[in-house]
Amino acid sequence: MSKSYYDPSDLKKFGNITEWNEELGGKFFDYYGKVFEEGALTAREKSLIALAVSHVVKCPYCIDAYTQDGLQRGITKEEMMEAVHAGAAIESGATLVHSVQMMNKYKKLSM
Amino acid sequence: MLLKSLKKQKNELANSQRQLELLSNGVFETGELPKFSAQLASLKQFPLKPKTLEILQINIGYMCNQVCAHCHVDAGPDRKEIMTRETMQQCLDVIKKTGAHTLDLTGGAPEMNPEFRWFVEEATKIGVKDFIVRSNLTIITANKKYYDLPDFFKKHNIHVISSMPHWTKGKTDKQRGDGVFNASIKALKMLNAVGYGMPGSELKLDLVYNPSGAFLPGDQAALESDFKKALLSDFSIQFHELFSITNLPISRFLDYLIASENYEDYMYSLVEAFNPEAVGNVMCTNTLSVSWDGWLYDCDFNQMLELKVDSTVQHISEFDKDALENRTICISQHCYGCTAGAGSSCQGTVT
Ligand code: SF4
Ligand code: SF4
Repeated sequence: MSKSYYDPSDLKKFGNITEWNEELGGKFFDYYGKVFEEGALTAREKSLIALAVSHVVKCPYCIDAYTQDGLQRGITKEEMMEAVHAGAAIESGATLVHSVQMMNKYKKLSM
Repeated sequence: MLLKSLKKQKNELANSQRQLELLSNGVFETGELPKFSAQLASLKQFPLKPKTLEILQINIGYMCNQVCAHCHVDAGPDRKEIMTRETMQQCLDVIKKTGAHTLDLTGGAPEMNPEFRWFVEEATKIGVKDFIVRSNLTIITANKKYYDLPDFFKKHNIHVISSMPHWTKGKTDKQRGDGVFNASIKALKMLNAVGYGMPGSELKLDLVYNPSGAFLPGDQAALESDFKKALLSDFSIQFHELFSITNLPISRFLDYLIASENYEDYMYSLVEAFNPEAVGNVMCTNTLSVSWDGWLYDCDFNQMLELKVDSTVQHISEFDKDALENRTICISQHCYGCTAGAGSSCQGTVT
């Protein structure tokens, strides 16, 4: 067993999850593949969304995968960083908007 | 930025034997990844045989005004290997008698060969259907004596194919050297000005894209549309087609992969992306490559690995179409670069 929780080479084994549940694993990969096809959004736009979400959910495998995917699509580092900021802004916004609840509670309890 | 070729640096990877050893060791020796020959055997396509010869690709010298980091030729200003008029004459004799419809001149920077213009003029007289010159663009602006190249190309109805790794300056200069982007833009404008690459124009101008790093090229059509949009809106530049080409793990690109510790992962991605459909159309099945000194190879990559054709005929002076079409193609693990994804050749994808 590896001494750390994340091993970059585990990404290559992602597909193996179907071995322990073929039906659900298979359905997941079909769904995943379909989602990233060219649609109302381009595959390029979806790749940038995936990169931003990878950061928000802090998945090192997804970050590796979608940085490489972006490079293959000719996405620039400026575009990648802006996408990450968009994700980060929503994430911090989600934290900060809860402070309204704090303010409400504070006011309610205070004289 | 690189200033010298691997050969000049006396880097061990300037030795083709060393490259071939590397390509057969490690993950391929342990069986972690299958060898290219095993993949072909499982498809019943081993040994790999050529079809009819359609393209003659002639490398008229390794000298180049650039020293690109990914160059599979290990070209540069310090390379002195240059084709002589005598060897060119032997090539002309062969062009006359083969049925090849495409003549493809490459280098280095082919324009730097002092006999380049003579050769183009003589070859034009023979009348091949498609006469390609692979121009690195910056040569056109490098020196006054090259400024008229767009007119020269036009006069001889040359099909110009040029490299452009990205539509932004940063990525281009990183791969090809400082100032390359601006010089390339200037050259493209000069080519457009004489009619090259314009919509509907007979003067064909295509671009070659290859990734600037240890990753595979994305979808050719999507990249073409991004390149077209960006070059048109930022610089009013037009071109016809974009060919996306995978970097093969040889020479300077191999050196880069090893130095940046990307070699194994890169080989994994090539093998993972192996596309059986691409096998039947790899470049060596319809192309022969001729080196500056007249030797024959299955492709420009094998030329750089010094893997001469496996045939009784090995030199342009003794060219024999039937003997050559009967040969077996020499392969190694670098061939995975031609079969990844949509496949890759000097004319872009192959599927
Ligand atoms: S321009 Fe072409 S031949 Fe010259 S160094 Fe760059 S890749 Fe090599
Ligand atoms: S590297 Fe050359 S020999 Fe190998 S598949 Fe590609 S074209 Fe053929």
